[in-house]
Amino acid sequence: MMHTTQIKPSPLSRILCAAIFTTTMLLSSCRSSSEVHLFLSEPFPKKLSAWHLYTETRNGLKPNNRVLPYSFRTPLFSDYARKYRFVWMPEGTSAEYREDSVFQLPVGTILSKSFAFPSGDAEKIVETRLLVHTQSGWAALPYIWNDSQTEATLQLVPDPVPIKWSDAKGLHEFAYQIPNVNECKECHDNNRTLLPIGPKARNLGKEQVARWTEVGYLRNAPKEFSEVAVWNKPETGSLEERALAYLDNNCAHCHQPGGTAGYTGVDFRYGHSQPGYCKHPNSAGNMHDLQFDIVPGDPESSILVYRLSSTMPKVMMPQIGRSTVHAEGVALTRDWISSLTARSCSR
Amino acid sequence: MLILRKLTFAVPLATTFILAGCKQTPADIQKHLQAQLISAKAGAVIELPEGKFHFDRTLSLTVDKVTLRGKGTDKTILSFAGQKEGAQGLLVKANDFTIEDIAIEDSAGDGLTLQGGTNIIIRRVRAEWTRGANPNNGPYAIYPVECKNLLVEDSVARGAADAGIYVGQSENVVLRRNRAEYNVDGFEVENTENADVYDNVMTHNTGGIGVFNLPNLPRQGGKHVRVYNNQIVDNNTPNFAPKSLGAIYNLPTGTGIYVMAIKDVEIFKNKIQNNNTDNVFLIHFKTGIGDALQTTASSPITQQIFAPEDRRYYGFVQQVYVHDNEISGGGKSPDSRITLLAAMAKAMGGSLTDILYDGLIDPAWGKKENSGQICLQNDGAATFLNFDAANNMKHPITDQKKYSCSLPSLSAVDIPQLNAQK
Repeated sequence: MMHTTQIKPSPLSRILCAAIFTTTMLLSSCRSSSEVHLFLSEPFPKKLSAWHLYTETRNGLKPNNRVLPYSFRTPLFSDYARKYRFVWMPEGTSAEYREDSVFQLPVGTILSKSFAFPSGDAEKIVETRLLVHTQSGWAALPYIWNDSQTEATLQLVPDPVPIKWSDAKGLHEFAYQIPNVNECKECHDNNRTLLPIGPKARNLGKEQVARWTEVGYLRNAPKEFSEVAVWNKPETGSLEERALAYLDNNCAHCHQPGGTAGYTGVDFRYGHSQPGYCKHPNSAGNMHDLQFDIVPGDPESSILVYRLSSTMPKVMMPQIGRSTVHAEGVALTRDWISSLTARSCSR
Repeated sequence: MLILRKLTFAVPLATTFILAGCKQTPADIQKHLQAQLISAKAGAVIELPEGKFHFDRTLSLTVDKVTLRGKGTDKTILSFAGQKEGAQGLLVKANDFTIEDIAIEDSAGDGLTLQGGTNIIIRRVRAEWTRGANPNNGPYAIYPVECKNLLVEDSVARGAADAGIYVGQSENVVLRRNRAEYNVDGFEVENTENADVYDNVMTHNTGGIGVFNLPNLPRQGGKHVRVYNNQIVDNNTPNFAPKSLGAIYNLPTGTGIYVMAIKDVEIFKNKIQNNNTDNVFLIHFKTGIGDALQTTASSPITQQIFAPEDRRYYGFVQQVYVHDNEISGGGKSPDSRITLLAAMAKAMGGSLTDILYDGLIDPAWGKKENSGQICLQNDGAATFLNFDAANNMKHPITDQKKYSCSLPSLSAVDIPQLNAQK
């Protein structure tokens, strides 16, 4: 069986290290003192450091040996949080490629996703969510960071965290809601099984799929497959392709068969889209007298735009995971609906 | 023998939710209870003390075999007034779940949501919006969807902007001894197979109860519903549903029971009285969304929506047996908001009948009389009208004799929860 035992630092982690440390420090700082520790059953460690996923945390997360950073072409919006994703698999294991869904990840896989916000000139990591593939399925573990960024602690029901920073768009100030363990399941659930959402070929893209293959984390991946557009890069796809990529990665985790909102009949998966043209919302909530999910050509009459633009609990979509409006995502969705051939759903 | 074995082995792990003095803030209590729900083990009984507890985000449970028990629907109150996060009050995705003696108030969206659970008991639960009928209330007070073997009993639902007690896309359901009032719909049985609805009170809603199928939902083919021994009276609260809720927005104020796009429904021994538009409304899907259809008939896209592409969907109502009910006083002041009914009432001198049937039949059923098998028997002095919707009311039928027939009684719904009580 072929597998690489040592992962070379990826270009991204090299840049991270280089940016943070001087060249002389690089050699020692980027070498781990110990390997990743895997915990496959409860009780899971109370401290994130017990997993040994990172060798440095105070100036950005520096991955341990064989901990591979990755990113998505079109990610989920989470209150403008900057996200740092890493994957680790036990030696000798690898994921099986899947064309249209999340890779078949082996038992022992750890996926980590950290959420950071600007803080002064630097940034602060607020939380790190682990998804761990145990023998009895995936476990979701939210760890909350301390102020000094030296440690994060497992909390089943984390408290909201006040967030405040300014940029060109103005002041961002809100209570950042960290999902509790059950809320993790609302997005990660399919037919009552907790599953990862992100690592799909189309959203990783060819370069990263090649990288996963190279380090031995992925088998049977083809060289050619279709990537989703990058939602905010017009050179990567048409308006419709970018909008559908955005809806895929912001809505389809619930809105697909077996998902939390599967019962609504709306399906946002890329390539399977039934996003609700002229569709009544059936048993959905009060939507401001709007009658159809999408009215082609008329974004202001479309429930989709109304819900993406709201932060009211009953109205907003996604229902959890954000406290602010993603203005750029709303604009993309609005532009796309405007671009559809106008037709009247009523009157 | 089965029961004996259960008694021997079912030793519940009682976990009492203790409030340490009075020092706990609402945030502490919320966190504590949510953590208990996350950490609960199968068999756990979580007991809530007396008191009104405030929550600002959805509480949720995903562990199987958990009981959540309070001290009574006016003693243990979970209040979600001012909710900031999550659309539901309590959200349960678990099997073998029991909730009893608890009130859920003023959630942003639905009060109690149960999704995809098997063997569920909702007993002595009150779900309510305390400001009364209001379009900004959540749509459903008690909302089980995609469930199997469901018992809702001795519960109360008030103020829902769609339905007080709703059951959707489920099978094997018993709803009994509940009270629904001041909702738009008291009860709804939607896209559901095998349901018994009995000994309930449905009053002061816009409509008492709807039994129907809708298109474009994953589960289709709801049927076999019995509605009996209920009091479906004085449902005349003006419809306060927001327009977006679709069909429910077009529910005529003053409807007793409506049966839409479904077959195998038996309605018997109910008291169905003084519902001002009609006591019993038997209709095709197109009639149910009537006004919307009329204003949009010329648009090809709405033809597609209202005559949905969903090939699994069948919009006709058929095999409905309405017998031995006490039906009286219906149709005295029909809802003038609904164009179709207003026109009909005008033609009839201002009032409608107790039983209204749109008479829409599938040509595939053949030319025999009453091919939809709508059977009416021994319903007191109930008045009747088939308003011949297919021909713009040209050939209305008021003579009930054409519909005097009987259908085989439907079997009772059998769920394990009922056997456990025997």
